[in-house]
Amino acid sequence: MSAPETSTPATTARLARTLAITSGKGGVGKTFFSANLAAALSRQGLKVLVLDADLGLANLDVVLNLYPKITLHDVFTGKAQLEEAILPAPGGFSVLLAGSGLVEYSRLTPEVRDQLNTIFESVKPRFDVVLIDTGAGISDVVLYAVSMAHEVIVLATPEPTSMTDAYATIKVLSTQQSREHLHLVVNQVARPGDGRTICNQLQQVVERFVQSTSGVAPKLSYLGDIPLDSSVREAVQKRQLLLELHPGCAASQGVVQVATRLLARS
Amino acid sequence: MNVKLGDDSSLHLGKALSLLVQAGWESPADLEPGTEPWLQAVIDGLCDLSSRDALTGLANRRQFDAAIAREVDRVARIGEPALLLMADIDHFKRVNDTWGHAAGDEVIKSVAACLQDCVRPMDLVARIGGEEFAIILPNCPPAFGQTVSERIRQKVAARPVAIVGGQQLSVTVSIGGAFAPQWVRSSPTFWCERADQQLYRAKTEGRNRTCLDMPPLTIVSAEEKGMLFSGFGQFDPISDSGTDHSVPKTTE
Repeated sequence: MSAPETSTPATTARLARTLAITSGKGGVGKTFFSANLAAALSRQGLKVLVLDADLGLANLDVVLNLYPKITLHDVFTGKAQLEEAILPAPGGFSVLLAGSGLVEYSRLTPEVRDQLNTIFESVKPRFDVVLIDTGAGISDVVLYAVSMAHEVIVLATPEPTSMTDAYATIKVLSTQQSREHLHLVVNQVARPGDGRTICNQLQQVVERFVQSTSGVAPKLSYLGDIPLDSSVREAVQKRQLLLELHPGCAASQGVVQVATRLLARS
Repeated sequence: MNVKLGDDSSLHLGKALSLLVQAGWESPADLEPGTEPWLQAVIDGLCDLSSRDALTGLANRRQFDAAIAREVDRVARIGEPALLLMADIDHFKRVNDTWGHAAGDEVIKSVAACLQDCVRPMDLVARIGGEEFAIILPNCPPAFGQTVSERIRQKVAARPVAIVGGQQLSVTVSIGGAFAPQWVRSSPTFWCERADQQLYRAKTEGRNRTCLDMPPLTIVSAEEKGMLFSGFGQFDPISDSGTDHSVPKTTE
């Protein structure tokens, strides 16, 4: 699957490049990263959708300061059409938001699975890129949401707990979903180069202990660091996109670079 | 016995009733023979008879085929782990050749009772061939699968079979098992083949053992965790002095 290199309008003939963003550990910045990556990709002229697949405890709406009247759940329950739930977000991309506190969507029932899949299939022809922002953990909802995407971005921070959870996620995805290739992004990096070191470290352990069903160790492709930056805290507090609030800050530049590398590696 | 129907035609039930009686069926005392509820009881009795193995009383091949098709549907829809075990009595031909077919039947009955004792009420134990049994275990997590198949194997091995003439025979079983692929519509044939392959492995590896086709293990061992942080001599992710610890985690 190839992503458009330059600004090209989406055509119905082409299916979106689909990427799941997952981390194992919660609180590493998945939703913050998804939203800002979507903004960076939109600036490259791509038509981008972010699907909030954290069905039980969604908060993409909080990060983007949106107050949606219609969410995925209204589509699931037939109260609204899919078109009504696809909302414009600041940053020039679209979002499909989920609700918060919905226990019945925190388990992968056959209904949730079928509905999620139907919605995903019907948005694919309308966008250049679809990002799936998953919940934390490796529950069946998370794993199913990841399985819908062609590519996976694993987000980690330099904290040992985050690295361990990222490693466990990589192991589960390669053994259960035969993933032989995963992207890695390291968030909250204190020194340039630390992210690369973490990637190499993870790759070494993966090569020693992890085999996909076809018997090969998955390859991690490093998309870059997002530096530790106090602007991120400010953007999150103000519920704005970092790329809009502080486009020149180190973390914004990190996200933009990740987007550029992602497009180069289609 | 003939039963008159409303339109003056009649049903010939003699053969059906003798089959039922031979299998131990008793006409329900509270029902008047020839009435509709009684006929229903006869039909239910015949259905039960046609789904059971005559020698062991276990589910027969017909009931097994229906049950495994249902379970494949259920796993595809619900995604629960389900295990299929195939158990085969080791060197059964030797029992027949040495001690006769009556002894062989006793061995089959004893093993059947053992299998039934070792599983939950929701599990289905079937005799699907001469000395071959199949067990369907719905909602069975991988760790439990190993425990239950090993329990069956040990229980059969520990229970001598009394045969005519006061002799006692020890028998063993080989067991192969496979989990149904979750969230995927598989087929009963494919599932049985995978369990059969494991049974074949158990036989070729020396019999009296259990072999399961386990889902891949994804647990992260202490060794893996150790290796994850082994390079941190030159790179310490937490105690780095340049780290701005005041910055909280971003909102998910």
